[in-house]
Amino acid sequence: MSHEAIKHPGLNLGSAHGRDHDAAEAMLFGFWIFLMSDAILFSMVFATYVTSVNATAGGPGPHELYDIKNVLIETLLLLASSFTFGMASLALKYKHGTARLIGWLAVTLVLGVAFLGFELNDFTSMFAKGGVPSRSGFLSAFFDLVPLHGLHVMGGGVWLICLIGQIAMYGVDTQVKLGVMRLALFWHFLDIVWIAIFSGVYLAGLA
Amino acid sequence: MNLADIFQHPLGRLSLESLPFWQMLHDPTKANVINGVIGTGAALMVVIGAIVTIALVTKYRKWGVLWCEWLTSPDHKKIGIMYVVLAFVMLARALIEAALMRAQQAFGLDGGFLSPDHFAQLFSTHGTIMIFFVVVPFLTGVINYVMPLQIGARDVSFPILNSISLGLTAAGAALVMISLCIGKFSTGGWFGYPPYTEANFSPGVGPDYWIWSLTLASLASTLSGLNFAVTIYKQRAPGMKMMYLSLFTWTALCAAIMMIFAMPPLTVATAQLALDRYLGFHYFTNELGGNMMNFANLFWLFGHPEVYILVLPSFGVYSEVISTFSTKALFGYRSMVWATMAIATLSFTVWLHHFFTMGQNANINAVFGIASMLIGIPTGVKIYDWMWTLFRGRVRFTVPMIYSIGFIFLFVLGGISGILLANPTIDYQVHNTVFLVAHFHNVAIPGALFGLLAGYHFWFPKAFGFRLNEHWGKVSALCWIFGFMLAFFPLYALGLMGLPRRSVAYTEPSYVPLEIAAFLGAILLTAALATLVVQLWISIKHRDENRVFAGDPWDGRSLEWSVSAPPPEYNFAVIPVVTGRDAFTLAKEAGKAYPLLDTYADIEMPKNSAMGPVLGTIAFALAFGLVWHVWWMVILFFVCVVVAMIVHGFARDTTRIVPAQQVKQEHRRWLDAVAAAKAVSREDERKSANQGLAEQALPEVPA
Repeated sequence: MSHEAIKHPGLNLGSAHGRDHDAAEAMLFGFWIFLMSDAILFSMVFATYVTSVNATAGGPGPHELYDIKNVLIETLLLLASSFTFGMASLALKYKHGTARLIGWLAVTLVLGVAFLGFELNDFTSMFAKGGVPSRSGFLSAFFDLVPLHGLHVMGGGVWLICLIGQIAMYGVDTQVKLGVMRLALFWHFLDIVWIAIFSGVYLAGLA
Repeated sequence: MNLADIFQHPLGRLSLESLPFWQMLHDPTKANVINGVIGTGAALMVVIGAIVTIALVTKYRKWGVLWCEWLTSPDHKKIGIMYVVLAFVMLARALIEAALMRAQQAFGLDGGFLSPDHFAQLFSTHGTIMIFFVVVPFLTGVINYVMPLQIGARDVSFPILNSISLGLTAAGAALVMISLCIGKFSTGGWFGYPPYTEANFSPGVGPDYWIWSLTLASLASTLSGLNFAVTIYKQRAPGMKMMYLSLFTWTALCAAIMMIFAMPPLTVATAQLALDRYLGFHYFTNELGGNMMNFANLFWLFGHPEVYILVLPSFGVYSEVISTFSTKALFGYRSMVWATMAIATLSFTVWLHHFFTMGQNANINAVFGIASMLIGIPTGVKIYDWMWTLFRGRVRFTVPMIYSIGFIFLFVLGGISGILLANPTIDYQVHNTVFLVAHFHNVAIPGALFGLLAGYHFWFPKAFGFRLNEHWGKVSALCWIFGFMLAFFPLYALGLMGLPRRSVAYTEPSYVPLEIAAFLGAILLTAALATLVVQLWISIKHRDENRVFAGDPWDGRSLEWSVSAPPPEYNFAVIPVVTGRDAFTLAKEAGKAYPLLDTYADIEMPKNSAMGPVLGTIAFALAFGLVWHVWWMVILFFVCVVVAMIVHGFARDTTRIVPAQQVKQEHRRWLDAVAAAKAVSREDERKSANQGLAEQALPEVPA
């Protein structure tokens, strides 16, 4: 591994994949840059949240609304999904076969959907307690940040389904490989953002 | 937006009252008639322009050509040209609006002829268009055309994404254009500060038009920036180190990086304002914990880097132009590169100077004031570098050089007024007056626009194979330069005399003479655009006398001049190997500029894709539905976006092969033309003797 040329940051396909390894260079590099831009997007929304955290305008605040138990389950689900995606990446790189690749991707998808389910449940119970976004600046900022992450996870899920569809139609071809590698970066990136949300929004809010 | 709502109001907020002549017909007071006639005239110009274009394309049976060779083309050169065409169309509108505003102010003592609301729409669209739909498409187009050629690449890294960026930009521009015909644009200025642009103060569609056109433009710019940066990092010809890049490519890289970082804050700001307006959130409202300062910070966190996104590519053009037409290598290349990088970095540290007066304490203002002044240092380095490049050069006063010299003088003035404004104590005195308007036009017009026009004249022969008319080019350049001076120098004085910006009228008689002078300047600027059109017309008429197929009309220095004009779609028959800066000059000096090739290889190029025009159209329809609350349109076209992207993901077989035989034929044909062409000296480069082959006689004067 160490004597193999690294074409881009992160997990490389390796020269065993021939031309696909070269094709990944510009594509994956470009995706890193996209993630950088996306990170700026999240940081701006984070900044909005941080400046609005006290702007509850007499409405419910973090202590009334956040449920740490649910959020912990969500966190574990998402972290587990990142691990399973890592297994999918390894199955791709070391050519463990299409079945194993699809298997790990499917497990990731299930975990992602479960995460979204718990999150939606969270939002519903917040709504029931009067925590709607139009109630205050604080709630507006919360419902900008956390659902933005959720929408990203949903987009990633749709992408995952499409990739599985592409594998079914074309097998593991160049574009599928590049797709899986990019989605892997995206998925891990969302994990990191979630860690920031978990600590910056939920833990700090309940501290 | 429940289901019943969708059925009860299938057209959302659309009604006959949205038409520009409705008010005038129903309440024909004198003021309403004047504003109605102007508004209807403008709408008619849009409608007639569209109909004439469609009719002409149909008459000459060009729909197939338009679709197959232009709209769906992934070729960076064609995409670049389409960007520039878009920029010129939008420039015409925004310039007419500017002239109308100056006319209003010239007659604005105790009244004038425009209603305050109409005037506010004019300055809002003027600013929005000039920044997002003139200068940005113009510079994106020039970068698109020139940069891949300069680095010895066949295309950008992501050609289809490039076409999508163009589609989204055009959709945003179309949205601003249709706001002339249906409904009204925002009256909140180009930066649309809430709470004024919130639903309770601006309930109409204006701010929504503004929000969605900006959102489309900023998404497009983010994607363009990403594409350019990856291209410059990953597609350079072998041997082309970063320090061998042309300066234009360096500025393109800096602008691209800034687009990647600076556009997301704008996207967030417009999205949050949209949530406030559509779903009753409270980001920037007056009540329930909203905080408009968040908008100011987000917007200018984008807005200030944006200023340098606009100006840096032009700095790159000036560097190329001044070096080429001084027949010298650029003086202080390294310092130029570092200065560009320094400006790009510093530009992220100064945004607060856009609102010195909005409540921070003096220490914070001082920090940002000092940071703002620091930008003067790298900019000064650049000015000196350009002057030292001119020094002892064999300078030719071509049209791009006239723009460049005009730029050096005028931009220094604009820079100095900027240093004044960077001082918070002075800013307190003149902020919100037309002094500020004079300042930013003084940097934007000579800084950004002149550079892009210089680039247009400089690279036009490369793109179309013939030179532009010199005489009309000079007339136009002088109209731009003196028109600018006449239109904006009076505003410095008026600003110091206390005239607030965006005033529809005033009561102070002593403003009148200066206002009339500025109005005359606006007329001269309109004439400048008209002469550009005349120049283009005449140049096309006389194109056969001015062909430069051999490709090097100006004794150019970088790789774009080393291929035919226009270049083949794959740019280079064989990717060149680069051994130093100014690669083409090196090759010419070594007598290896036009090498014969023994073997040719197949070239893989991307196939055409409908994704750009399709996504552009969908985005336009989606945004239009959002503006008018036509919810079925919103849902339908949102689904279309998702489906289009998924279908695109399933596409395979996206490249095609240009056979070696065809490459060989085209290359040989060009080499034969080069061999047949007579090399011209620099004295003759503006005569029809110039076939695009430069005489290599005098050794270069050392820098």
